[in-house]
Amino acid sequence: MSMKSSTRQIDGVTIVDLSGRITLGEGSVVLRDTVRDLLSKGQKKILLNLAEVNYIDSSGIGELVSAYTSCKNQSGELKLLNLTKKVHDLLQITKLYTVFDVREDEAAGVKSFGK
Amino acid sequence: MSADRVSYTLDSTLETVNDAEETAGRIAAEAGFDDEEIVKISMAVREAAVNAVLHGNAYDPCKKVTLAFERTADDLVIVVRDQGKGLDPGQIPDPLAPANLMKTSGRGIFLIRSFMDVVEIHPSQTGTELKMIKHIHGNPVDSKEAHQ
Repeated sequence: MSMKSSTRQIDGVTIVDLSGRITLGEGSVVLRDTVRDLLSKGQKKILLNLAEVNYIDSSGIGELVSAYTSCKNQSGELKLLNLTKKVHDLLQITKLYTVFDVREDEAAGVKSFGK
Repeated sequence: MSADRVSYTLDSTLETVNDAEETAGRIAAEAGFDDEEIVKISMAVREAAVNAVLHGNAYDPCKKVTLAFERTADDLVIVVRDQGKGLDPGQIPDPLAPANLMKTSGRGIFLIRSFMDVVEIHPSQTGTELKMIKHIHGNPVDSKEAHQ
């Protein structure tokens, strides 16, 4: 299953709904292009909804780190929402769980961004 | 005690990475691993195939990746070989080190080691051989021995 991405806006926060696999190749490219496109439009409050992401490999992890860093470098914020158990476990063993701001509730996640 | 062995010679492409992962999942299921272990095994093989295709063979169409599975009574043994320059295990950085934590690559071998019971890296001038072993728990031999 390839990856799909769609975006929506709530209170100045862009929620990116991702589904499928973030892996080397198409999945990583979709994520990279989506975040790059948002940042180029000045949309720097990004909440990545990973509820439907059922698989992620080391390239996908690298792409999440890259997205986080790109956002931060442009004075933006990128947070993660609704991790599946597999993705949660991967971020735990790679010690990235504490690096990312991970949210479990969309409304609270949106509110957590500064005005 | 029976041993089943199968091997594949694959091109240095992204399709190979996906095929390797899929094949590993199927063979792990046939070996009786549970769903969680199947995901770990197939992911380890995916990462090994990524290393072979990308870092070993560098997508060179003249170079092949060999993928072999052997099921013994106690283990599933998986070997991935490439025809690259040879990976020096001593040069693999620790992705958990603070200086490396935010790097966008370098987690493949770490994940393989996290998911498999035994991991051996054998570099040579003709490429790298990555051997991964997952112990088969609760197999008939174990049960038999437990009752003796």
